[in-house]
Amino acid sequence: MPLVKTESAKLAAESDIVRARQMVRQWATEMGFSLVDQTKIVTAASELARNTIIYGKGGVMTLEWLTEGNRRGLRLIFEDQGPGIGDIELALKDGYSTGNGLGLGLSGARRLSNEFQIESKPGEGTRVVIARWK
Amino acid sequence: MLPQIIARHEGELLAQWLQEQKANSIHQDSGQEAEARQISSEFLRNLKNSLSSSSDVQGAEFALVRELLADLSRSRGVQGYSPAQTATYIFSFKKPLFAAIKKELGNNAEGLASETWNASELIDKLGLFTMEVHQKTREEVISRQQQEMMELSTPVVKLWSGILALPLIGTLDSERTQVVMESLLQKIVQTGSDIAIIDITGVPTVDTLVAQHLLKTITAARLMGAECIISGIRPQIAQTIVHLGVDLGGVTTKASLADAFAMAIQKRGFTVSKIKSAGLPVAM
Amino acid sequence: MERIPILRMGEFLLVTIQVDMHDQLALTLQDDLTSQINATGARGVLIDISSLEVVDSFIGRMLANMSAMSRVLDAQTVVVGMQPAVAITLVELGMSLEGIRTALNVDKGMDLLRSCLPPRLGEDEEDAAG
Repeated sequence: MPLVKTESAKLAAESDIVRARQMVRQWATEMGFSLVDQTKIVTAASELARNTIIYGKGGVMTLEWLTEGNRRGLRLIFEDQGPGIGDIELALKDGYSTGNGLGLGLSGARRLSNEFQIESKPGEGTRVVIARWK
Repeated sequence: MLPQIIARHEGELLAQWLQEQKANSIHQDSGQEAEARQISSEFLRNLKNSLSSSSDVQGAEFALVRELLADLSRSRGVQGYSPAQTATYIFSFKKPLFAAIKKELGNNAEGLASETWNASELIDKLGLFTMEVHQKTREEVISRQQQEMMELSTPVVKLWSGILALPLIGTLDSERTQVVMESLLQKIVQTGSDIAIIDITGVPTVDTLVAQHLLKTITAARLMGAECIISGIRPQIAQTIVHLGVDLGGVTTKASLADAFAMAIQKRGFTVSKIKSAGLPVAM
Repeated sequence: MERIPILRMGEFLLVTIQVDMHDQLALTLQDDLTSQINATGARGVLIDISSLEVVDSFIGRMLANMSAMSRVLDAQTVVVGMQPAVAITLVELGMSLEGIRTALNVDKGMDLLRSCLPPRLGEDEEDAAG
């Protein structure tokens, strides 16, 4: 899948969450996503950036502009060298029923994206990839 | 061999090709003919250059040729030419090209056959390419028109101060439902209406996806501070909803748009009363 | 340190969130709000999020917390002005924001607050309407 451009940003302190949101917003706008789609991916990025910083002890977000035929896609990769997730299935089960937002990060990001992929092992860090296509 | 042949006979090829175009009435008027002269000469030049490094029409070396043909195809398509007409423009190049090949290789039967075949294949591929571009352009136009139709076909209407109605008509697909719902939420904000009646009298069937979109929209409206009432649920749809296990979770439903309107009026604190009539109007 | 301003409107407090809030700012706001409710005896809080283009689960939790804390301090909260794109995203995200009252704008928010506030002991209807 041809890559038009890519950029990375460090996610270390919680102030980086806002910066990550702004970067994703800028890219999504440039790529011509609708307002609703922009909001979805920016919100998903916010959740994952927060996870990376708080649970992953800091990491990197990489943005990729992809093209496939007529479509364009915005792919985001969140990587950290943190403690990793033991039970991914459980982590993806959300605190949905409580409705107060706890534990919605991963599952929420998945619902908000067209593509979602996660790799994680205890002691080996975590890598989450999401994408939205236009 | 081909690139050299073209290089040696470039002037003749161009002149003969333009003759062919005229003979086949490929262009509609003299303005187009003049334009064609320029395009044809540019095409020849680029073709000669590309052929000297490759014979793969889809490859990077042919990018300029493809771009030229794509532009031509698009602009002709917009002007109303058929795909066949644009392709014939390319195919009409065969005659002069074969003639040139014959001139060069007339005495070499095998060479003549082989180069003629190569040339034929090449021109065919280029002609087909123009047809593909043509088609794609048409698809883009249709898709844009579809989008516009979608937006026009489901207007949100204001029934009263603070009360909106969205009469949905026809089958709903996932994409259309999303577009319509987003537009409803926008209107709610724009008009400051806190009650929206979604009437599905005109919707023959509802599947799980559509039901889910409806529910999500209603939840979103609630989050924004507006309330939705669904009206016009046919018995069939009611059955489908139950079978699908869709949980309407506290969404008010009314049999008819009229009932829903009456309820909305009441919620907004209005009442409708009859004015005592003073008698029939008298014509003077 | 930057803070989000809290304005007094009669017996209500109005919080207008206009910036993309980072976590610390959100926590400071919660503190400020509870202090203000205490100091002013406000009975209603309006949180205007019409400028917020993104509400993630953290901010959603923060809104829920502010609402709950205010209730404990005997004040009702109404969140107003949520943008459609934000509402659609929150639903997809799975946040129902249960227990939080919402209204389309500040005016309607105030109407809602007035309608759900019982008059305090010793007040009559006219006083309560402020």
